[in-house]
Amino acid sequence: MKKQNTFIVAAAVTAAMIAAFWLLLVAPGYTGNEINMTRGVTDQSEINYQLHMIVLWICVVIGVIVFSAMFVSIVLHRKSKDHEAAQFTHSTKAEIIWTIIPVLILIVMAVPATTALIHMEVAPETEMTVKITGFQWRWKYEYVEDGIQFISSLDAESNAARRLASGAEPAAVDNYLLEVDKPLVLPAETKIKFLITADDVIHSWWVPALGWKRDAVPGFINEAWTEIREPGIYRGQCAELCGKDHGFMPIVLKVLPKAEFDQWVRQQKRLMAHEEAEVERLWSREELMDLGKSVYTAQCATCHQGDGQGLAPAFPPLAGSTVTRGPVSEHIDLVLNGREGTAMQAWGNMLSDADIAAALTYTRNAFGNDMGDVVQPQMIARIKNG
Amino acid sequence: MSIASTPDMTHSTDQAGDHAHNHDDHHDHKPSGILNRWLFTTNHKDIGTLYLAFSLLMFFIGGAMAMVIRAELFMPGLQLVEPEFFNQMTTMHALIMVFGAVMPAWVGFANWMIPMMIGAPDMALPRLNNWSFWILPFAFTMLLSTLFMDSGGPAAGWTLYPPLSLQGGQSFAFVVFAVHMMGISSIMGSINIIATILNMRAPGMVLLRMPLFVWTWLITAFLLIAVMPVLAGAVTMLLTDHFFGTSFFNAAGGGDPVMFQHIFWFFGHPEVYIMILPAFGVVSEIIPTFARKPLFGYSAMVYATASIAFLSFIVWAHHMFTVGMPLTGELFFMYATMLIAVPTGVKVFNWVSTMWKGSMTFETPMLFAIGFVVLFTIGGLSGLMLAIASVDLQYHDTYFVVAHFHYVLVPGSVFALMAGTYYWLPKWTGHMYSEKWGKIHFWLSAISVNILFFPQHYLGLAGMPRRIPDYSTQFADFNMISSIGGFLFGSSQLIFLGVIIHCVYKSRQKASGQAWEGARGLEWILSSPPPYHSFNTPPVIDSSTLAHVDEAH
Repeated sequence: MKKQNTFIVAAAVTAAMIAAFWLLLVAPGYTGNEINMTRGVTDQSEINYQLHMIVLWICVVIGVIVFSAMFVSIVLHRKSKDHEAAQFTHSTKAEIIWTIIPVLILIVMAVPATTALIHMEVAPETEMTVKITGFQWRWKYEYVEDGIQFISSLDAESNAARRLASGAEPAAVDNYLLEVDKPLVLPAETKIKFLITADDVIHSWWVPALGWKRDAVPGFINEAWTEIREPGIYRGQCAELCGKDHGFMPIVLKVLPKAEFDQWVRQQKRLMAHEEAEVERLWSREELMDLGKSVYTAQCATCHQGDGQGLAPAFPPLAGSTVTRGPVSEHIDLVLNGREGTAMQAWGNMLSDADIAAALTYTRNAFGNDMGDVVQPQMIARIKNG
Repeated sequence: MSIASTPDMTHSTDQAGDHAHNHDDHHDHKPSGILNRWLFTTNHKDIGTLYLAFSLLMFFIGGAMAMVIRAELFMPGLQLVEPEFFNQMTTMHALIMVFGAVMPAWVGFANWMIPMMIGAPDMALPRLNNWSFWILPFAFTMLLSTLFMDSGGPAAGWTLYPPLSLQGGQSFAFVVFAVHMMGISSIMGSINIIATILNMRAPGMVLLRMPLFVWTWLITAFLLIAVMPVLAGAVTMLLTDHFFGTSFFNAAGGGDPVMFQHIFWFFGHPEVYIMILPAFGVVSEIIPTFARKPLFGYSAMVYATASIAFLSFIVWAHHMFTVGMPLTGELFFMYATMLIAVPTGVKVFNWVSTMWKGSMTFETPMLFAIGFVVLFTIGGLSGLMLAIASVDLQYHDTYFVVAHFHYVLVPGSVFALMAGTYYWLPKWTGHMYSEKWGKIHFWLSAISVNILFFPQHYLGLAGMPRRIPDYSTQFADFNMISSIGGFLFGSSQLIFLGVIIHCVYKSRQKASGQAWEGARGLEWILSSPPPYHSFNTPPVIDSSTLAHVDEAH
């Protein structure tokens, strides 16, 4: 009679446990929200997904067994049911069993965990290299073989909507906080090496669909690799706290079929040639002010604010500042090389000569600074080339 | 559920206990005057009370910061605070909760309980004890004052990773000195605990007869002495990098930012065990009491605690799988981390075996202890998942990690603190707390803490990074649920405060010396409240007064 009672309770409790885990781990998926790790589009992401699921289910089975035993005891072995307390204090046999079985489970888990790590860390021969540099708070991408480089920042629409009390409805913004002005364009079915570093503080480059993240550490270069199976758009974010706008430096990958990618590279090279020609000509004041305003809004306003009033105490105002209203050579030097010990970074290698010249012209004439002078792209090019 | 509906209070008014209580009170010589009683106190109970009151205050301050965080994350878009202030809140919340709430609370428990549990009159080094407490209010005043300075509070996360932490303004010096003071306080407290346990035990209280709580604190104290100086070194190097132009962590000057992470986590990983080992101890006291059955596998529990403490020194880089370590390094730290599951498993299995075939009742301390075992185990299992280095490249720095460590810290450490508070409140005050409100507190906390933290697993797996003030709309639903759980959990803690205040000042229900029917151990042979100086003459130790009987091996 008593034995049977225990069995019925054990069965009922175990069923309740399984139901509880189902409610926690499966049911929330029916809300339409993503609740699990992505399988991604690379071998590494698939490997990590499978490994994640194996370990998760091992944990669930352990949880069901341990919690069931506990709740069976809670149901049966209570004083209110006049259960007499046994007085045993140990069982060497049981203790040996529940030391050895976990060790065996760990060994079983360690085998696929080791191969997965080796797959990640031992890179094959790669066909192209992209250098990724993290800045506060944008990413710079350089195609090492092709000489293409650009900066990728949060797109303007998200950037406006995310301001405190902006009044904008995030749901109305396409891919709110996960959209950039210039995505990283990559070819599918190509082994790509990434060289990852940072310019100021530590960042972490993470696109879940690739299956990994890697820290971008200033002064050091980390390597990673990938081979993306399918063309498409894949989104990610910086994953290491990097200051006030850490939440606002997304990553967007635009993966193209190989042929289309080659076409994109050719087009970028043509654009670069065009830009070089543009540097040589003399720009009108209006052209510089127009371009300058858009560069300022995209790159500078995060810190110095749209009205040039800055954000005390870290980000000084540009309106009426001794720099924007001071000698032009010092202003250029500060923007090209940054100022050590402050958040002002060196923009010399991040923006094109025309962009820098335009931003300088704009800040010297906007916000009531009215210096009246213009900075030509040529000047920037001459100073940068010594 | 009928688990909570078996109150059994018949044992709480025991004639003999009351008698002893009156008798002992007569010999108390408490210093008079607030200054003498509290500021200059060298009494382990008064200092214990100071520590506990201080940590409760910090728990509410740190909790208020968590409410700001959850309120901002309630919906996508920034509604309440600027990102910079949000980062100050996450950083301060962690610093306050780790160094101000959980650690001092455990030292408070150690002060109150260790002398009583080992049959000593007081702590070994009473003046040091006074000093180690009174440093803390100054340390935390300094830390909190940074929020009112021009350059604001620390905003680089409690891990203070450079170069980001070095971008903070002048107030950073206050943070560093506050950490130094907390470290000094912890080290002095640990020296005192070790000296007390090793020198002040009553005759017959050999090491392997000590209550588990004393054992876990002994091991914790060694961990503290080993790692607090490491943290002090790390933050001192930050200080000189920031203000004196050194380049310990600056690559341009020949330093290495990742080196800081190695040093920090050499401190930081033992630190998480500093917060959880005393919790293991408290739960190992409470479950046998309410199961009316001896602790299962006492010596295995001791050895498991020591193994966990040892392993905690060789797993630090599992916090850093993404920084770019060589493969062999990653493999080593992965295997070592996985190994921790073995002694931790032993502990969980032993708690369940202690309950097995017992005669259980479910007063509030037992409810919190059971809640601890279940929810800490969930946190432990997600910890095992995080140990798998390759998959950690996905989990790292997401809300999955946030869910993991909050499961081991909140329904882990904090539930154990609450279990211990309810368990020993009758002993400390001589009054029973309100069982009804204690149970309401438990059920509200246990339900809301899961609404708060379980959905964060989904958020992390679906790709939400941690430490962001705003998120893309795909994460909206579970963030809202989590925030609702957070507000519920936060407000439930006001009940805790109410129950304590009621118990101390208002409760008319006297507690007997033993207080709980199944309670065993030296603290229960004293009256409730115990005499001002616990044991002026060493108690006689026999198997009826020991918390845990000798195992016949």
